[in-house]
Amino acid sequence: MARKTPEPVQIVKQRRDAALDALVSGVPYITFMGISFDRRGDELTGVLSYDEKLIGNPMLPAIHGGVTAAFLEVTAVISLSWSYIWEDFESGALDVEAMAAGNLPRLPKTIDFTVDYLRSGLPRDAYARATITRAGRRYASVQAEAWQDNKDRPFAQATAHFLMPRPDVSND
Amino acid sequence: MSADKAKIARQFIELIPHAKALGMKIVSIGDGLAEIIMPYDERFIGDPKTRVIHGGAVSALMDTCGGAAVMCHPDAPAGTATIDLRIDYMRAATPGQAITARAEVYHITRSVAFVRATACDDDTDRPVATATGAFTVEGR
Repeated sequence: MARKTPEPVQIVKQRRDAALDALVSGVPYITFMGISFDRRGDELTGVLSYDEKLIGNPMLPAIHGGVTAAFLEVTAVISLSWSYIWEDFESGALDVEAMAAGNLPRLPKTIDFTVDYLRSGLPRDAYARATITRAGRRYASVQAEAWQDNKDRPFAQATAHFLMPRPDVSND
Repeated sequence: MSADKAKIARQFIELIPHAKALGMKIVSIGDGLAEIIMPYDERFIGDPKTRVIHGGAVSALMDTCGGAAVMCHPDAPAGTATIDLRIDYMRAATPGQAITARAEVYHITRSVAFVRATACDDDTDRPVATATGAFTVEGR
């Protein structure tokens, strides 16, 4: 039985980066916040690039609690969508070029979102990763954590529940 | 006395860079109650297909409004920080409509303020989101 030849590295990278870029750049709010994603294989890390407009307390100064919440929520939604479409764009069932042209899959909807503020966000870049603790057909549970200097000292963590998009059905 | 406190809280909120970036305006503030409006802006869209505002922008509005309610409470001497915040998204906000959050401090101790908040668009009978949070009471 002939083993399938692995795809050339550039093809694999190009497809995955294009899929991620389509997913992220399609959402205006992510651009507005200055959030980007680093990718290693299927693992994503959200990066919040520091900007003065993210400040919530000018006296300290500290990042706005709402910014921290939003950053965790963006990381959770993108990580969840990413894992939801991964198989489909890897297999070719989902056309990456069509995605890039704006034909994006429907995004999960946030049901609820809880943030714990552990320490104040410093005026510098922040990073976040999400873990999908349950990915059901209708509901998903996601945890996310954000840190700055030291990953073992997160400044915020979140738990969220999402309603998954149903193929070809409006789930409003 | 309380009017001064409301004035100080209003000035502080209006100086927050992120509140300005999201176009937030204080509708009313005083005695542990705050109301803040955030206009619809295409830059805040979270779902390009439906053009609905991202939940993150609603979170930022709820957090700011909760903090404002604590700052103007007669028993809170100065600043505050969010300890935790839970937001329930009841429905998608209607694209094109401003979102108004209303927060109230329903209990306050020497160190913690408990806050409830609601966010509505033009249809004020059906909230877009509700939130509950705990905030620190600082400076005493």
